[in-house]
Amino acid sequence: MLVVSIIEMSLACRIIPRLDIKGPNLVKGVHLEGLRVLGKPEDFAKYYYEQGADELFYQDVVASLYGRNSLHELISKTAKAIFIPLTVGGGIRTIDDIKNALRSGADKVSINTSAIENPDLIKKASNVFGKSTIVVAIEAIKQPEGHYLAFTDNGRNYTGVEVTKWAKNTEELGAGEIVLTSVDKEGTGLGFDAELIKMVAEVVSIPVVVHGGAGKLEHLAQIFSSRTEISGVSIASILHYDYIKKYKDLDGYESEGNIDFLRSNKSMSHIHSTNLVNIKKHLISRNINCRIVHDN
Amino acid sequence: MIAIIDYHMSNLFSVRNALEYLGIDSEITSDVTKIMTAKGAILPGVGAFAEAMKHLKSLDLIQPIKDFVDSGKPFMGICLGLQLLLSESEEFGYTDGLGIVEGKVEKFENHENIRIVPHVGWNSVQKKNKMKRDIGIDPLSEVESGEYFYFVHSYYVKPVNEGDICTTTRYSSLEFCSSILMGNLFASQFHPEKSGEIGLKILKNFFRKREV
Repeated sequence: MLVVSIIEMSLACRIIPRLDIKGPNLVKGVHLEGLRVLGKPEDFAKYYYEQGADELFYQDVVASLYGRNSLHELISKTAKAIFIPLTVGGGIRTIDDIKNALRSGADKVSINTSAIENPDLIKKASNVFGKSTIVVAIEAIKQPEGHYLAFTDNGRNYTGVEVTKWAKNTEELGAGEIVLTSVDKEGTGLGFDAELIKMVAEVVSIPVVVHGGAGKLEHLAQIFSSRTEISGVSIASILHYDYIKKYKDLDGYESEGNIDFLRSNKSMSHIHSTNLVNIKKHLISRNINCRIVHDN
Repeated sequence: MIAIIDYHMSNLFSVRNALEYLGIDSEITSDVTKIMTAKGAILPGVGAFAEAMKHLKSLDLIQPIKDFVDSGKPFMGICLGLQLLLSESEEFGYTDGLGIVEGKVEKFENHENIRIVPHVGWNSVQKKNKMKRDIGIDPLSEVESGEYFYFVHSYYVKPVNEGDICTTTRYSSLEFCSSILMGNLFASQFHPEKSGEIGLKILKNFFRKREV
């Protein structure tokens, strides 16, 4: 049965699960702990698709040459079974890297390091593949003086580049979209950095997807209810732990890595894990337009 | 076999993946003979209108496309593949399109209430009631008004004949044509191959074997 949204018909907000990929595994970086292995990305991806994910985002967090084959295999597997847009980021440095990712089945590529080091890549890639294919990822860290600087390599490399100037620049160069991560907030579950988001969204006229900090339903409702016009949110922790609690059969999983955390069934204290169905129901109840997937 | 027309403007594989998933045989090709003998054809596309027209010209695909549409076999245009069917586009001054659908392609940027371009994400469609549909070739037979599809575009089409408009969609204060249906020709601004299960239904219903 089709439930017609009571909200006026227009562009819906996007909820985009973000999966950090290391080789064949879905991982999650934990502050001061390194990476935890959570499971097989294709299992999570399928679950999220069925639950109404609007897009998927795969971030290769290792991004070495050795990992590329398994990433391309994963992209290809995903593209054959999951029919929503897939964005892939991490280690994409050249036009050829972009071509390979797209050939494997990605719809968009996300670039950070290579774009900051060589902004001209944005222009070239945008011309070759189309503007809408090129997403620029900006990882922002707040400085003691109050302004924000863009970092690379998951917030580890200093570039000295100021975020709003860079955001404007990427648009001028031909980026189709910006994914803005608050490195300070990521994984904390303490909410989005509204100040950062407002600052960037106000200076660009391309879609901005925000990432970093979502810990509960209210954070998502807040960010879409605010006056700042954002196109979507990218979320990870808040979803992954819910899937694990529900479905993980942990037998034989010891070889994958640290699973004490998985066994203990505990998640980060500020993260109220939930699923996409609940998220969208909550947003609709708050008069925020989003797309619901129905059972057929 | 459904021919997915390859004119070197990306996103061919996602269309093929979707058809494969549906069990519909397809081939990505620029070969005119293969295209003309196919049971159906798809013109996909992402990128610039002018560039696309250049490619179609140099690959000698313009007349074959027109002939295919005239043949009565199912022909589907997706995204840029819809825009190319129109008479002309506002991009880079004015560029001629295929002229199969009378009308123009215009920029969102020029519309006063639209600030963010491209139009990216899921938006809903309204089916136009005055549509006359060929019995047996209704791609929207399982689609109701209000369903969401995936859009990503900076331009939109403005067909001259209202009767050609199959669905409309609203972006800010602008209601624009999101798909056209003219007999055997269906073309959508949105991507059915990227719109989840409801998008797959459109592909399935448009290219299914028809009862004789």
